Amino acid sequence: MKFLSLFFLLICAVSEFGAMGRAFGHGFAGARFFPATLSTDDPFVSDELSLPTVSTIRTPDNGGTRETDISVDISKRITPDFAIEIGDSFTVLNPHEGRAANGFSNLELGGKYQLLKNGEHEAIASIGLGVEVGGSGGRSVGADSFSTWTPGIFFGKGFGDLPAAVRFLKPFAITGQVGIAIPTSASTRSVTVAQTGEQEIDVERHPDVLEWGFALEYSLIYLQSQVQDIGLRAPFDRLIPLVEFALETPLNRGEEGQTTGTINPGIIWAGKYFQVGVEAVVPINERTGNNVGVIAQLHFFVDDLFPHSLGRPLFGGNK
Amino acid sequence: MKRLIFFLILVVGSARLEAHAFLKDADPGVGSTIQTSPGEIRIRFTENIEPAVSSIQVFDASGKEVDKRDLYLDRSDHALLKVSLPSLGAGTYKVVWRVVSVDTHVTNGSFTFRIVR
Repeated sequence: MKFLSLFFLLICAVSEFGAMGRAFGHGFAGARFFPATLSTDDPFVSDELSLPTVSTIRTPDNGGTRETDISVDISKRITPDFAIEIGDSFTVLNPHEGRAANGFSNLELGGKYQLLKNGEHEAIASIGLGVEVGGSGGRSVGADSFSTWTPGIFFGKGFGDLPAAVRFLKPFAITGQVGIAIPTSASTRSVTVAQTGEQEIDVERHPDVLEWGFALEYSLIYLQSQVQDIGLRAPFDRLIPLVEFALETPLNRGEEGQTTGTINPGIIWAGKYFQVGVEAVVPINERTGNNVGVIAQLHFFVDDLFPHSLGRPLFGGNK
Repeated sequence: MKRLIFFLILVVGSARLEAHAFLKDADPGVGSTIQTSPGEIRIRFTENIEPAVSSIQVFDASGKEVDKRDLYLDRSDHALLKVSLPSLGAGTYKVVWRVVSVDTHVTNGSFTFRIVR
């Protein structure tokens, strides 16, 4: 680990003095800065690192299970419009009854291509494909033995083009995602043998799932610098209150329409090189749970930390 | 955990800490109403600016550019950009800026101010 870290440091130090060019980087469309959201995926491609994202909530499983996840996600631009992503989580399960378990969840890989960026209208749209790699995580924490592919679309829109008469609505922005998680296995069978020697076969079905969500944000950064200086000073002038909706709706295999999800109100503080965010995680129905959880994230802007090396696309320069 | 902290320190410590330039403050202020014509527009950014590839333009309500097109950087504060103005009449003016910070990141934005007599 130490050797790898020193190697990483050396690469950064050498390449920081590399080529010069003009860079745009993370989360901008015109005058709009979109922060990285905690519970739904971003619409932009960028060089960024979320380390860590920590969430905890009591789920209805096994009569009530406290699930805590500690995650890391890395996104790296290959070209100015295409990025690859890799992420994983360490999960701790504390059931109301029975033994606690912990382990890594399945590895998640993804690619995202930015189709549209319109500065004038603060609009951005991307398509992506993610895969949860089956069998790469621990069975004890419920990691699936099969892979799940999730094609999706992502969008962001700032309201800065609203008329001056409603200028205090201009700091609003919305980002969102729609995708379909398609498991490579329709069902899994597990066989348990009772003390009597009797076999019990349990069939768990895996439906295709519509994953959808959005984030509604009000940027005080935008308010202060584009609309009206209302006298906010640090750190309040860098705050972005938001509410995220993260939802899942099964589409088939006997679970059609049984939507689960959470509504997550919270706040993000965005600095020069990193942002921190925290949100409450409120279940939308009893199927999701009855207890409020919390999610928090420390997120680094790699393109600002390493503008001439790791923060640049590998090919195609900046644009 | 110690390894993680060590890694983070190395990452941040090896970085060249430069960033996107955000508007920090402006004179006349963003969205402000003033009673006399300002002699210049002053915008202070959060990062040092490359003036040769940056711009500040001021437009009147009809869309005509009214600034003197003499953008310059403050001698002692390289995050402070200025552009001179002629004497302006009452009305609403739009300031449009586009700056390149010294690490080559591009940002842009706009705001209005109003002169009343």
